[in-house]
Amino acid sequence: MALEQDQVLAIAELCRLQISDAEVAEYQKNLSNILDLVDQLAAVDTSDVAPMAHPLDAVQRLRADQVTETNQREHFQKIAPATENGHYLVPRVIE
Amino acid sequence: MHNKTIAQIARELAAGEYSSVEITQALLSRIEQLDPVYNSFITVTPEQALAQAKAADELRAAGQAGIWTGVPMAHKDIFCTNGVLTTCGSRMLGNFVAPYDATVVSNFNAAGAVCLGKTNLDEFAMGSSNESSFYGAVKNPWDLERVPGGSSGGSAAAVAARLVPGATATDTGGSIRQPAALCGITGIKPTYGRVSRWGMIAYASSLDQGGVMTRTSEDAAMMLNVMAGFDPKDSTCVDRAVPDYTATLNDSIEGLTIGLPKEYFSADLDPAMAQQVRAAVAEFEKMGAKVKEISLPNTHLAIPVYYVIAPSECSANLSRMDGVRFGHRVADPKDINDLYKRSRSEGFGAEVKRRIMVGTYALSAGFYDAYYLKAQQVRRLIKNDFVEAFKEVDVIMGPVTPTPAFRAGEKTSDPVSMYLEDIFTIALNLAGLPGMSIPCGTVNNLPVGLQLIGNYFEEGRLLNLGHKFQQATDWHQQAPAGLV
Repeated sequence: MALEQDQVLAIAELCRLQISDAEVAEYQKNLSNILDLVDQLAAVDTSDVAPMAHPLDAVQRLRADQVTETNQREHFQKIAPATENGHYLVPRVIE
Repeated sequence: MHNKTIAQIARELAAGEYSSVEITQALLSRIEQLDPVYNSFITVTPEQALAQAKAADELRAAGQAGIWTGVPMAHKDIFCTNGVLTTCGSRMLGNFVAPYDATVVSNFNAAGAVCLGKTNLDEFAMGSSNESSFYGAVKNPWDLERVPGGSSGGSAAAVAARLVPGATATDTGGSIRQPAALCGITGIKPTYGRVSRWGMIAYASSLDQGGVMTRTSEDAAMMLNVMAGFDPKDSTCVDRAVPDYTATLNDSIEGLTIGLPKEYFSADLDPAMAQQVRAAVAEFEKMGAKVKEISLPNTHLAIPVYYVIAPSECSANLSRMDGVRFGHRVADPKDINDLYKRSRSEGFGAEVKRRIMVGTYALSAGFYDAYYLKAQQVRRLIKNDFVEAFKEVDVIMGPVTPTPAFRAGEKTSDPVSMYLEDIFTIALNLAGLPGMSIPCGTVNNLPVGLQLIGNYFEEGRLLNLGHKFQQATDWHQQAPAGLV
């Protein structure tokens, strides 16, 4: 399946990736080739086949609703790009 | 010192032939001297390693040493190591000093192992050649013009070049078995859920599995003994007793039935390699195994299924790389969207961006059923092929790769041609089965790998077969010229 240039840009926006004008054609070609590869799946009859999410068909374990972790905020925030008073700083979102 | 196996080092340390500090120093200087050529390490940690070695020697002097006390190894730079740079081969994590240890890392620390450093890999483990690492391509020690395979190419090259006797690795579509084959070493990917994924940076969560790279099957068994086991912190880890993998290495294989899938000996396979693989199977026949041709009819669908499931899961997993809490952040963002977009665009390389985009598209409104759901259905068909096959045979064997190590740059401009490199390895990840690669010959002086595929939780059987083969042959002792 061939993607159009505006589709490539729309996907990039969903991914929060910036694609330069010079790169669009290359991404268009490579992504279309990958989609061509996976399009073989459409021809496979999968009626009555249950989707497989875990190789051993395991389900998520539940645990007791108890606090088991200790607060390590300062330790984890040491590697953050910008923090203040225990908060992560980002450009202003709400005016 | 450098040509010793893990088993040998453990024995000789116990016998007091040398100290952990001595062998650690010897390997660290070898890395310093030779690794500028191979680029197999992203970070070498001499201070931490020597501190661990010294502590190990003290423990031994106090009569408290275990099997692993003071034995050197390395971790693929996808495992978080507390206080040590953990890059995952990406610029995005170029400043990420992990604030905690992965469970696998804790296990080796608790066993007393000495970690020499963090090995190179394809960016976020996405690749089959180790050319997508932000920290530079890794060279294959057998031929510096050729790739070591990927994504665990750093671990494979380091073990093949005798810089370290064993290293951890991960396998999402072949990332342990393929580089092991291309570098002429031993590698095992356990059953999905056998080894904890906690602290192992996620690529495709339903496929990723930690494993090991060593020079012998015996060493792989020793490493897996440390790594395998239940971890409540990984919700997909399996709660099941771990056998002692070294205890069954010498078991008889008399009467065992080996299945050879006809689809794995197709036109895609280099005829000279097919000959080596068949000769290896004949070696098992000499030991009393029987051979049966089988069919895995959905083999051709494994790559298409993988390139829906893996990108979809990676697009979700890598959304956490947003420049807010850790990792690369762009300078002077205009607004929050600009912060996300430019941080991610600068931080990620081309292949990672491609896979995020494919996955985002496959999961986007209106396409989910046609791509992700469909791929999960076909994934079950691929698993069912193996379930049927294991009703007739005890183990499956075949090639690991269609060709020996290819030249650097040969496949980088055409992503799909790179994807086809994993044609014989990907189905196991989809099915969640254990797989192993052992060296079984050479073609044009490049190593050839034999793939051993076991039923669920049959790692012990694979290691047993690998060990018996390595007792009868010496392919695993062959080394790149000048390195022994």
